[in-house]
Amino acid sequence: MMENMLFGRYVPAESLLHRMDPRSKLLIIFFFVCIIFIANNGITYAFIAIYTFIMLTMSRIPARFLYKGLKPVIWLVIFTFLLQLFFTQQGTLLYRLGPVKIYEEGLKQGLFISLRFLFLILMTSLLTLTTTPIEITDGLESLLNPLKKVRFPVHEMALMMSIALRFIPTLMEETDKIMKAQMARGVEFSSGPLKERIKAVVPLLIPLFVSAFKRAEELAVAMEARGYRGGEGRTKYRQLSWKTADSLQLLVLIALTVLLMLFRS
Amino acid sequence: MKKNPIVSLDHVSFQYEGHEQYALNNVTFDIYEGEWLAIVGHNGSGKSTMAKLLNGLQFPQQGEITVCGIPLNETSIWDIRRRIGMVFQNPDNQFVGTTVEDDVAFGLENYGVPREEMVQRVQDSLHKVKMDQLLHQEPHHLSGGQKQRVAIAGVMALRPSIIILDEATSMLDPRGRAEVLDSIRTLKSEKSLTVISITHDLEEAAKADRIIVMNKGKVFQEGTPDVIFAMDEQLIQLGLDIPFSVKMAKALGKQGIKLSKYYLSEEELVTELWTYRSHM
Repeated sequence: MMENMLFGRYVPAESLLHRMDPRSKLLIIFFFVCIIFIANNGITYAFIAIYTFIMLTMSRIPARFLYKGLKPVIWLVIFTFLLQLFFTQQGTLLYRLGPVKIYEEGLKQGLFISLRFLFLILMTSLLTLTTTPIEITDGLESLLNPLKKVRFPVHEMALMMSIALRFIPTLMEETDKIMKAQMARGVEFSSGPLKERIKAVVPLLIPLFVSAFKRAEELAVAMEARGYRGGEGRTKYRQLSWKTADSLQLLVLIALTVLLMLFRS
Repeated sequence: MKKNPIVSLDHVSFQYEGHEQYALNNVTFDIYEGEWLAIVGHNGSGKSTMAKLLNGLQFPQQGEITVCGIPLNETSIWDIRRRIGMVFQNPDNQFVGTTVEDDVAFGLENYGVPREEMVQRVQDSLHKVKMDQLLHQEPHHLSGGQKQRVAIAGVMALRPSIIILDEATSMLDPRGRAEVLDSIRTLKSEKSLTVISITHDLEEAAKADRIIVMNKGKVFQEGTPDVIFAMDEQLIQLGLDIPFSVKMAKALGKQGIKLSKYYLSEEELVTELWTYRSHM
């Protein structure tokens, strides 16, 4: 159950990307998502392809994990490609079969847009593959810190996220337990018509919710007993350290941006 | 043993909102520095309410509670919570951090302890409960007993004078229970820690220096385990179960085998029995 979940996708490995500061990784992804739209011809796409490829190799993530991450979205990529291919009617006609006409521009657009899509997915999944969810939370908290000035509850959001992450396996275990208990009472979760199956989820969700609320209450009491009273005056145990590699990575990305600007048509 | 009281309850009464009965009714007693006090009673006897009152999770309607010489009120609770550590019943629902070390650090973070000191204290207190090998472990990979030991480490990292175990072993298997109680015993012998264990398990209470039996919101009886277990039938009427060794000693007594004292731990009982003839 856990394996195909987005947040459980962290793959431990010894690589530069794994050691990087989550803040720099978040910034890189954010900028990458922006600058990918600068690319509009073969050469600029080639730059992006090379960059993505280098990042993927540096992460030392086995290809099968990347493939696993791609599998659910690959059809969307193909669909986008076909949509562009058949419905763009500009440029010279390349091929014709009955009512189906394929134009040069269509092929180009289809290829570019689906590639852009592919690179975006690869780069963002690289973030979750090389960074633990808690590191991402810490990174976000640190990056969003200036928002405290406008009373945005940054600390509370981060704490909520980390508690949610901590309780995912606990609640999963509980779901499993309740499911077995209900199955022992004759509830069928995996067979029967769809309507029945949806109905069968109700006796699963209600006990789960009841217990989650009870847990929340007990947790709140335990936190208070340990002196929690909001983010004021709190120190942090977990530390982020910005290293030279992080700055270098950002510089590389800036260089890429410059290249893209120069070579775009 | 009897030294200065570290906690005193003075005519304390507490009533939950919307309840007619008092959860605690005019309770007065002292807890002494460095002792291991067990508060026993069946469900609804007011023992858990007591724990909540002691560190200001609830406030009494009448009476006064003093902890380490500080009267407990809205303004002093944070100071008092730092002195009283609490370990709760459910191992999962008090684990805040995503890993063992983060959880131990949680309390320290709350009190703004500088990071270098935090690292040191996290290490130290995990070492004391023998969990320092599992620093980066996530909670769902730990057993109940291990989680409770992490909770103890989290409490100890704040260097409290008092530790309250609120049914802390009731959800554990016998092994986990032994691990937790061993950790507490070691900590207690190293520091002058006052332990208050709230429990319905008389086996656990038997290890305490003193026992307070609660019933219907009142102190029913207090005394050493010896005195309390002599109450015998009364304890059963209160819904408490007498330890096996006590039952055994009683049955032996009926057979005319008199033992040196009323309450004996299992090991003591065994020793007493195999040396029985040599005493005759």
